[in-house]
Amino acid sequence: MIDAILELRSVRKTYSGVTAVDGISVALSSGEFLSFLGPSGSGKTTTLAMIAGLVEPTGGDILLKGQPLNPLPPYQRNIGFVFQNYALFPHMTAAKNVAFPLEMRRIPRAEIEQRVARVLSLVGLATYGSRLPSQLSGGQQQRVALARAMVFEPPLLLMDEPLGALDKKLREQMQLEIKQLHRKLAMSIIYVTHDQEEALMMSDRIAVFNNGRIEQIGTPPDLYEHPQTRFVADFIGETNLFPGTVAEVAEGYCKVNGGGLELRARNGGSIKSGQKVFVAVRPERAMLCDPGKTAEPCENRVIGEVSEAVYLGRSRKYVVRAGGAEVTVVQQIGSRLDTAFSIGDAVAVRWKAEDSTAISDFELSGIT
Amino acid sequence: MRPSSRTETWWRGLRITITVLLVIFLVAPMLIVVVISFSSAQFLMFPPPSLSMQWYHKLFGDPAWIDSLIASIEIVVPTGIVAMVLGTAAALGLARGDIPGKRIITGVLMAPIVVPVIIIAAAIFGAFRTWNLNGTLPGFILAHTVLTVPYVVSTVLASLQMVDERYEHAALTLGAPPWTVFHRIVLPLILPGMLSGLLFAMVISFDELVVSLFISSPTFRPVTVQMWSDVLGDVDPTIAAVGTLLFLFSLLVLLLEAVMRRAGITSPLVGQS
Repeated sequence: MIDAILELRSVRKTYSGVTAVDGISVALSSGEFLSFLGPSGSGKTTTLAMIAGLVEPTGGDILLKGQPLNPLPPYQRNIGFVFQNYALFPHMTAAKNVAFPLEMRRIPRAEIEQRVARVLSLVGLATYGSRLPSQLSGGQQQRVALARAMVFEPPLLLMDEPLGALDKKLREQMQLEIKQLHRKLAMSIIYVTHDQEEALMMSDRIAVFNNGRIEQIGTPPDLYEHPQTRFVADFIGETNLFPGTVAEVAEGYCKVNGGGLELRARNGGSIKSGQKVFVAVRPERAMLCDPGKTAEPCENRVIGEVSEAVYLGRSRKYVVRAGGAEVTVVQQIGSRLDTAFSIGDAVAVRWKAEDSTAISDFELSGIT
Repeated sequence: MRPSSRTETWWRGLRITITVLLVIFLVAPMLIVVVISFSSAQFLMFPPPSLSMQWYHKLFGDPAWIDSLIASIEIVVPTGIVAMVLGTAAALGLARGDIPGKRIITGVLMAPIVVPVIIIAAAIFGAFRTWNLNGTLPGFILAHTVLTVPYVVSTVLASLQMVDERYEHAALTLGAPPWTVFHRIVLPLILPGMLSGLLFAMVISFDELVVSLFISSPTFRPVTVQMWSDVLGDVDPTIAAVGTLLFLFSLLVLLLEAVMRRAGITSPLVGQS
C-alpha cells in the first residue's frame, strides 16, 4: 500500500516463551479509523503498545510513513496515545496537561496558550482549563486526555479502550464525538476495543484479534455479513451456527448436510466438498412463518417448535427447537413478516442462501 | 443483622475505655519526664515540690551537653538527606527497574529493621575499627544512613505504588525523555513520600543509641550517648530536660509530617489511585 500511514509487517511479541502477538500484518491508510477488536488477552493492546514504542517487539517491522519506527524511543515517535484510564497527570491542571506535549516540543509560550485553548474548546472544555483532573468527571477527563493526545497534531492517534470506564450513555455520546472529531480533523486512528458494537459503529475497518493473530480484517458490513471464521461470526453480533459437511460446491455457494438438515449457504472462503463446516445465519436474517402457509420461496427451510419467545420492544426474539438444533430468530415488530408466535407453536424458519455463510471448522478441531 | 442499640453502646463504651487507658499507658511516662524537667528538686522525684527552669539553665550551661547536641545535629541533618537520596533511588529501581534478584535486594536493604541492633552495632564497630571511622562524623553519618535507609525505601515505595505507571508511559508518548518524565511527573508525585522518609530518618537518627554507643568517642558523642553516660553517673533532672527536648523534637517532626500529609490529600499529590 503506497498511501499507508502505518504499516505492521509480521510483528511478534513473546513474553518469556509465551506468545502474546503472533505475526500481525496490517496497514492503515491516511485518515482511516481502524479498530482492533478482540477479547482481553488477544494481543490488541500489546500491538498498540508496540506501535507507541512502550513495548519492544520480539520480531517484525513497524513503519510510520514508510520509515521504520523500531529504532526510535517512544518520546521521539510523535504518536498520540489515549490510555484506558486517561493517565492524566494528577498534579497538573487540565490546561497544563494539554500543554505538556507542546512544552516538550519547545513551542513558544504564547503559541502553547493559543493551541491549548483551541483544542480544549474543540473537546468542549473551554472553561475547564484551570481544573485539576480530580475535579473533573470521567467524561471530562477523557476529553482532556483526548485533547492532550491531539494537541501536537500527531500523524497517528492510538486509543486503548478509551471509553471503557464510562457508563453506557456517556460512552455512546463520546463515541459520536470521537467519530465527529475524526471526520473533522481527518485523523488516522487505531482504536482498541472489546466492544463489538462500538467497533461496528465507529470504524472504517475492523481487525478482529484472537490469540495474538488477526482473524479477519474488513469493513463493518463485511465482517458482519461475511465472517470468514467461526470466531468472527461468534464474536461480532449473535449468530446461529449449524455444523455439517459440505456435499456440493458451485458458483460461490455450497450445499451442507448435517443434523438431518440440508442447507444452502454462501461459500465463506475456500470451502471444498467433503469439508466439515459451520453454516452461520444471523438471527435477524431468518424469518418465521406458519408451516402451513405458503410464503415467498427461500432455499433454506427448517421446521420446528417455538421453545422461547421474548418481547424486546423493537423486536421479538424466538428460540426454535428444530430436531437437535436450536435456532435464534429476531423479528422486527411492525415489519411485513411480523407475526406473534407463542411457546409451543409449530413454525417454519426460513432464510435465503445469500444470507448465510459456510465457515470452515478448523477451530473446532484445534481448540474446543 | 443489626445489633441492638444497647449492645452497640456497650461496645462503644468498652472501645473508648480501652483506647483511653492505652493512650494514658503510652503517654503518661513521657508527661512525667516533661513535668520533672521543670522540677525544683535536686533529684528525680514526682510530683515535683515546685517548678523551676534550673535544669534547662544547667543543660545549656554545660559544654558537654551543648557539644553533644551540636554533634547530634551535625549527624542528623546529613544522615537524613543522604538516606533520602539513596532510599529514593533504591525504591525507584526496585519499583520500576527490570533487575534480577529484586526480592533479595529488598531483603538486604530492609535488614537493618529486622536484624537486632546490637548485632549491627558490633558489626559496624568492627568494620569502623579497621577503617578508623569510630568517633568521627563521617562514621556516624554512614552508620545512621544504613539504619535509616529502609524507612525511606518503604515510604517512597508506598508513594510510588500510588503513581500509576501509565503516567510515565503517557509522558513518554507525549515526547518527554526519561529524565524529564522523572522530574516533571514522578518526582512531584513521590515528593511527599520522600519528605516523610526524610523526617523518619532524622527522628530515628536523632533517637539512636545502641550503634552510637559503640562508635562514639569521648570527644564526639551525640546527645543520646551523653544521656546514657549521665544516667550511669549521678542522676539529676537534667536528663529529664534533655528528654523533654528530644520529645519536643520528635513531636514537631511528627506534626510536620501530619500537616504535609493533610496538604497532600487536599492537593492532588496523594489520593489518586
